Amino acid sequence: MCGIAGIFQPDRAAAISPDMLRAMISVLGHRGPDESGIYLDDQTGLGQTRLSIIDLSSGTQPIHNEDKTLWIVFNGEIFNYIELREKLQRKGHRFYTTTDTEVILHLYEEKGIDCLKELNGQFAFAIRDTRQNMLFLARDRVGIRPLYYTHCGPSLIFASEIKSIFMNRNVSRELDPVSMDQIFTFWSPLPGQSVFKDVHQLPPGHYLLATEGKTEVRKYWDIPFCPKADQLDWSPDLICERLQELLLDAIRIRLRADVPVGTYLSGGLDSSGITALVARNFNHDVKTFGIRFEDPAFDEGEYQQQMVAFLGTDYTELMATNAGIGESLPDVLWHCETPLLRTAPVPLFLLSRLVHDSGIKVVLTGEGADEVFGGYNIFREAAVRRFWAKNPGSQARADLIGQLYPYIFDNPRLKRMLQSFFAQGLDQTDDPLFSHLIRWENTARTKTFFSDDLRAASGSYSGYEQVREMLPPEFGSWDHLAQAQYLEMKVFMGNYLLASQGDRVAMGNSVEIRLPFLDPNLMEFMGRVPSVWKLLGLKEKYILKRSFRGILPDSVLARPKHPYRAPIADSLLHATASEQTQEMLSEGALRRNGLFNAKKVAHLIKKLQTSSEPGEVDSMALTGILSSQILHNRFVEDFQPRTDRRVEPALIIDRRSAPQVDPRRGDNIA
Amino acid sequence: MGSIAVGKNLDHSARVREFIVETFLFGDGDDLRDDTSFLESGLIDSTGILELVEFIEQTYLIKIKDEELVPGNLDSLEKIARFSERKLQADSVGGNETPATS
Repeated sequence: MCGIAGIFQPDRAAAISPDMLRAMISVLGHRGPDESGIYLDDQTGLGQTRLSIIDLSSGTQPIHNEDKTLWIVFNGEIFNYIELREKLQRKGHRFYTTTDTEVILHLYEEKGIDCLKELNGQFAFAIRDTRQNMLFLARDRVGIRPLYYTHCGPSLIFASEIKSIFMNRNVSRELDPVSMDQIFTFWSPLPGQSVFKDVHQLPPGHYLLATEGKTEVRKYWDIPFCPKADQLDWSPDLICERLQELLLDAIRIRLRADVPVGTYLSGGLDSSGITALVARNFNHDVKTFGIRFEDPAFDEGEYQQQMVAFLGTDYTELMATNAGIGESLPDVLWHCETPLLRTAPVPLFLLSRLVHDSGIKVVLTGEGADEVFGGYNIFREAAVRRFWAKNPGSQARADLIGQLYPYIFDNPRLKRMLQSFFAQGLDQTDDPLFSHLIRWENTARTKTFFSDDLRAASGSYSGYEQVREMLPPEFGSWDHLAQAQYLEMKVFMGNYLLASQGDRVAMGNSVEIRLPFLDPNLMEFMGRVPSVWKLLGLKEKYILKRSFRGILPDSVLARPKHPYRAPIADSLLHATASEQTQEMLSEGALRRNGLFNAKKVAHLIKKLQTSSEPGEVDSMALTGILSSQILHNRFVEDFQPRTDRRVEPALIIDRRSAPQVDPRRGDNIA
Repeated sequence: MGSIAVGKNLDHSARVREFIVETFLFGDGDDLRDDTSFLESGLIDSTGILELVEFIEQTYLIKIKDEELVPGNLDSLEKIARFSERKLQADSVGGNETPATS
């Protein structure tokens, strides 16, 4: 696991300075604290910082092929590298390291961009192909590893994190009003975008080819679903059997590392299942880590203890306090580089610090199971509303909604009003976004705090239209659950779950997460399993639970789903909230940044301070406003990166043709 | 009598409006019309409904029955005023006279 960065200037407009590359990787030190390296030729600069996990001694990047015409910097892991390496060796490729990095390069040499189809991993990499004077960037199928890029004059500048791109002083730093509109609707920017204007993300499952005068971005993989007619007609037992094999294999190859691998244990089904399979099959002494909450409404301690007792594994827990969450938000935003509408990323950041301090670099997590197996309430909600829509007058059907959200419907007086809330849009079952519209509309209410200027800047933009346009042509042929799963994975998983609750908060403390449930073979298989085995009636993740019978205690299997969340108002408005937090929410700071309506925000804060039970939308709005303000301050207004001054590349490959007059000039560095 | 009652109700209506503007519109009531639907405009969420009901009960000094908690009675300023007025009149005449139609 690592950080990568680089500059590509095919027309040699200006020399690329090694200092610039050093500066770019110096802000990625948390991603790769162990060593770094630089490659330079007349058109290209590549930089890499490394967290050594495989081949600790000789894996220093950049890495080259036999005749040094191809050079790679790589962030991530290729889990099937051992099998691929054997095949490539049989074809005559010679390796000088035992890394997975070198495998990618030879596979590219052999197959070109089709190499991507054979990689089972989580990755972002850049290959400099000097034979074709080209730069090839690629990102894994679902977007576990980040990769951003921007165009600046004749240069293409890319990096694992935006702060590295911003080390180039010529790159403008500005929040994008359209992205803000997206974040305050979908929780994250839509694929391909970041919150910063003209800073793009390479979308999951895409690659980028840059040649002189041209940059092309193309899709090589999409989330696999199929029409009903092509779904498997297997018995549930047979599906379970195959699923168990695939999951075990996904875990087996994800335990490949030259350092110990731990697991996260939330007490829920998914992480408990992964941990149980690791402990039973591979490593009984696996180190496990979990989050406890000071506020009992969020705590899952009882179930974590049950699992620990059941498995007998080593377990370390982090206690997330309300004050601690509030205090750490600015640090988390520095790593996430996007406004957040939830505080849930913060405890995960604190947890990875604990993991790091325990001497563990790699953990397996249960993320992705809810998406792949149909675990979220939103899937059940959409199913109920579809059923209800067929007979809107039916009170019995309306009552089903209350079963989904017992904690909202706990006051019987409000039943009819709440049902009316969920009855909205019942006539829109033909809309491809039907499953998600209620949630998105609800979140979009946070836009009421946008300033007139911010609102005007995004004009008539509609995020829903953009989502509709990105749906593949075959979308309409899938069943309804598959459609909702696709939306969830495209919009929420890639840019929020795997980023702000995934890579960014783990790598912030130099910890790599690995996600067996997002193994491509497992996803391909589950894409062909009929929806009825995912959501059976209203039983979520049915087939996964069935597969875990005998592996997990019945109490964990029978337990109702507990969404992972963290306190908001009690954390962010906590008495110990840092000075910076208070300053960011002050009228002066709000007016200065011009993003939000200062008067309305003052009303909101007053309301949240006096309310015993803060509402969902108000809480999201507070988090979104505060995090946008902090982000604006740290990335736009006053960009003061904490660089790692010690960055002294262990490897510098300088293949520039002309002698450089003054390679140390650093005049464009921020 | 009649004119006093109307005056009082106007006062009540103004207070409900003020409450909604403060609590759900964060001080900006420019776009709130008497017939704006709270549900359709996304003005009030699930926690908000409870707050609104409690406020109406306290303001009008009425007790709203469970079966009366429906959008038809509570989904706009206009509907709240009409509903509360009917409740008040029914209470004040002890249920002996036909409630005034609105």
